[in-house]
Amino acid sequence: MSKKNIQLKIKELKSDVATIKDLQLSFGRLVTETWTEPMGPTPFPSITTLREWDHKLLQRYKPFYMPYCDVCCLCTFGKCDLTAGKRGACGINMAAQQSRIVLLACLIGASTHTAHARHMLEHLIEKYGHDFSIDIGGINIEVEAPITRLVCGIKPKTLGELEEVLDYCENQITNLLSSTHTGQEGNNIDFESKVFHAGMIDHIGLEVADIAQVAALGFPKADPEAPLVDLGYGTIDSQKPVILCIGHNVVPATGIVDYLKANGLYGEVEVAGLCCTAHDVTRYNPKAKIIGPISWQLRFIRSGLPDVIVLDEQCVRTDSVLEAQKIKTPVIVTSEKNCMGLPNRTNDPVDAIVTDLTEGKVAGVLILDPEKVGEVVVRTAVKVAPTRQKFKAIPNVEDIIQRAKTCTKCNDCRRACPQDLPIMEAVSEASNSNLDALTNLYDLCIGCGRCENACPNDLPLHSFIVKAGEKKLKEEKFKIRSGRGAIQDVEIRNVGSPIVLGEIPGVVAVVGCSNYPHGGKEVIDICQEFANRRYIVVTSGCAAMTAAMYKNEEGKTLYEMYSGSFEAGGIVNVGSCVANSHIAGAAIKIANIFAKRNLRANYEEIADYIHNRVGAVGLAWGAYSQKAAAIGAGFWRLGIPVVVGPHGAKYRRMLLGRKDREEDWYVYDARTGDRVYVGPAPEHLFYAAESKEEAMVMIAKLCMRPNDTTKGRAIKLTHWIDLHKRLYGTLPDDISLFVRTELDIPITMKEEIHKILAEKKWKENRIPDPTLLPRMIRKRKEEA
Amino acid sequence: MATAEPWQKAEIPGPTKALVITKPEVVVAMLQRAKRPILIVGHEAAETQIGDKKLLDYAIRISEVGKIPLVATGHIVGEFVKKGFQPAASMPAVDIGNRLVDSEWKGLDGNGNYDLAMLMGITYYMEWVLFSALKHFSLNLKTISLDRYYHPHASWSFPNLSVENWAQNLEMIVGKLGGA
Repeated sequence: MSKKNIQLKIKELKSDVATIKDLQLSFGRLVTETWTEPMGPTPFPSITTLREWDHKLLQRYKPFYMPYCDVCCLCTFGKCDLTAGKRGACGINMAAQQSRIVLLACLIGASTHTAHARHMLEHLIEKYGHDFSIDIGGINIEVEAPITRLVCGIKPKTLGELEEVLDYCENQITNLLSSTHTGQEGNNIDFESKVFHAGMIDHIGLEVADIAQVAALGFPKADPEAPLVDLGYGTIDSQKPVILCIGHNVVPATGIVDYLKANGLYGEVEVAGLCCTAHDVTRYNPKAKIIGPISWQLRFIRSGLPDVIVLDEQCVRTDSVLEAQKIKTPVIVTSEKNCMGLPNRTNDPVDAIVTDLTEGKVAGVLILDPEKVGEVVVRTAVKVAPTRQKFKAIPNVEDIIQRAKTCTKCNDCRRACPQDLPIMEAVSEASNSNLDALTNLYDLCIGCGRCENACPNDLPLHSFIVKAGEKKLKEEKFKIRSGRGAIQDVEIRNVGSPIVLGEIPGVVAVVGCSNYPHGGKEVIDICQEFANRRYIVVTSGCAAMTAAMYKNEEGKTLYEMYSGSFEAGGIVNVGSCVANSHIAGAAIKIANIFAKRNLRANYEEIADYIHNRVGAVGLAWGAYSQKAAAIGAGFWRLGIPVVVGPHGAKYRRMLLGRKDREEDWYVYDARTGDRVYVGPAPEHLFYAAESKEEAMVMIAKLCMRPNDTTKGRAIKLTHWIDLHKRLYGTLPDDISLFVRTELDIPITMKEEIHKILAEKKWKENRIPDPTLLPRMIRKRKEEA
Repeated sequence: MATAEPWQKAEIPGPTKALVITKPEVVVAMLQRAKRPILIVGHEAAETQIGDKKLLDYAIRISEVGKIPLVATGHIVGEFVKKGFQPAASMPAVDIGNRLVDSEWKGLDGNGNYDLAMLMGITYYMEWVLFSALKHFSLNLKTISLDRYYHPHASWSFPNLSVENWAQNLEMIVGKLGGA
């Protein structure tokens, strides 16, 4: 393994031939190699190293741009009108501008994850040392860092060895960002290739952050039976002081848990989390509680339950301090990236900080030392709780009725609502003492608060909805399986063959944020549908929490009803956003562990394998963030399709295949070198669905791969056609494109499919050993 | 009072905004002038009630009387079939958008791309960006929004209308195209 910045100093060296004084040697990197796998062709790839691979994908899945507006306003030449073929002052056109914006979004995401990883790693190295071993699953995990191995060509064994991985990421992000400057890249397809590069770098950042924290903080290690933990507002004991941690970086929360444990206070104080910090604090200590996804921020703060609010980084409401002031709760911010205008008290004595917070002298403080955060937060919570008495910022019913009477019916609330909810009508009903319509909005509201900002009468409309839904809120008591981390090597061995042959119909990763078009129930329905169909369902982030927010008649959530193993019919919560790396990692490990493909710096071959053989699909039904865009981009470069909900159309471009263009769907047969038509499988790489039903049918369709065996394809066809019949009410009109041989046809559907095939004049084809890479052809035709 | 500003107020498009359809005759004239019109209908058409009818019913009538091929997007093809109407195609909204920006595309019937696209029933913000794609990348295509709310990226759009006003406009269009 490589060691950086080695310096050797010799004051004086005497020998028979000479005397050397003050010799100083410096090594940029010393490689002590122990990994016997040969180095692949693309270690530490630069921006252009994998450009050819990207262009292959982009030739098939061409960008479809859906600009958000007509102009570019990134420099002082602008604004430049780019409408309908016009070019800006710098010469850029709309296609390049859109791909540039996509790249910027993905870079925001990639830099956020990488900076998160850097902070995490520095903290853990300081606490546990450079040589702390990366063990994320004991004997069950031999390939500990599949993405890092694949991209960088190194096999990190210790925390210290992850530093150069992040050095590489930071270097690439800087170079990529520079390409978005005015007068740099001007070609949309090259921008798109850079988007893929940013996505790949993002996945490394995710992986470093999660394997470091899993190894050092004692999180569940690839454990299918990770503990079931509490989720939901109703699980919080309001009699106790409540500490609410919001964000994604668990380090400050670990300081809180450690302080509570060290001082015998753990059972006396509630530690609850929102967003991914919530996942990770339960991975650190299963007694911690998850309130819910990001969209629960306003409702939980205004409920008055939190006695101290701790903010770390990412997806934190930027008005949290203002909201906290409404309920008289002090705020501790803990990240350099998110100081919220609060004074830096990192170096002040704890007693002084606690006094200032508890006496209300300051609204909050910035503390950058996680151990000090732990002590300040706990002591403040204990002291503040009795005086605050859960002071809340939610009006009572009579207030709502009276204030609703002041509504001028301008409808600006609805026109500001991302979901177009009929808020004005509900307020109107409330003015007549009927809160039912407001209650009905509770499940659909994503908690953004834009309705309130739009209201000219300053009605606290979100609080109206929360109050009307209070009964539901208080009944939110669920169980979620704590994030398990990686997928075990043995699990990969068990499912590798049925996935690649198509007999497990697919892996569906339900991930991302909670900007759902019609509430979270749709996510639950999708997870359950595919688990019942024996797909492997993997969850992470806010979507993983949403998936827990439903109980069956026996009072069990999906995580109690379904296995947590990476197996057919499992619902597998890998953890927080950074744990998405284990989903990509599982696909990579299928190529490596099951198919024995070399992993080391061998990106193209592994991506080609995954694209043609591993029926995996990502679903980010409520994706809103730049981080989600970056995660998606990492999957695109691996050739894994991603489906988003209708809000995802606002990412401004899709990557769509054209099933009507036969020439796009040829692969090489690696056995013969022949070019073989394999049909549009998978049809798209990035795709926004209008409705849940459309998404479900498309997910089943996108799981098909050229390599499916006839048995596997028949199974996949069965699910796709069955879902189409049930949700669309018709047979798909393009079945003929996905039937390669007679044996592909599901037995139970033979009659109806034969009829379609006859109409389409379908001809039987053969199943190749598919690859998009000419170098993978084992025997060229001309050599035969 | 009908107003011509985006229904979702923050959705500001830029310099080129849809002309407002002040009377339904505009739509009829555009249709009569078009050589290859197409009607694209999203999943909300099956849910949106207009008086005693669904938006989907209007879509069928416009398609039939105007002899305009209808593309059902989302998952609603079955809803059309239930009413005895066979859409020309069922395909995702992003797919039909992607076809329309391709000047080489031969259309659903192989006779060439379209010169007029009318959209209705797709979720507002998604239809908004679809219109934008067509505005920027389908230079020979005119677009019309038949939805109730102003779509600034279309070539022509109704302003924000009351349900009653919308129904009257749709009825007028059907009537002037020759329907009952």
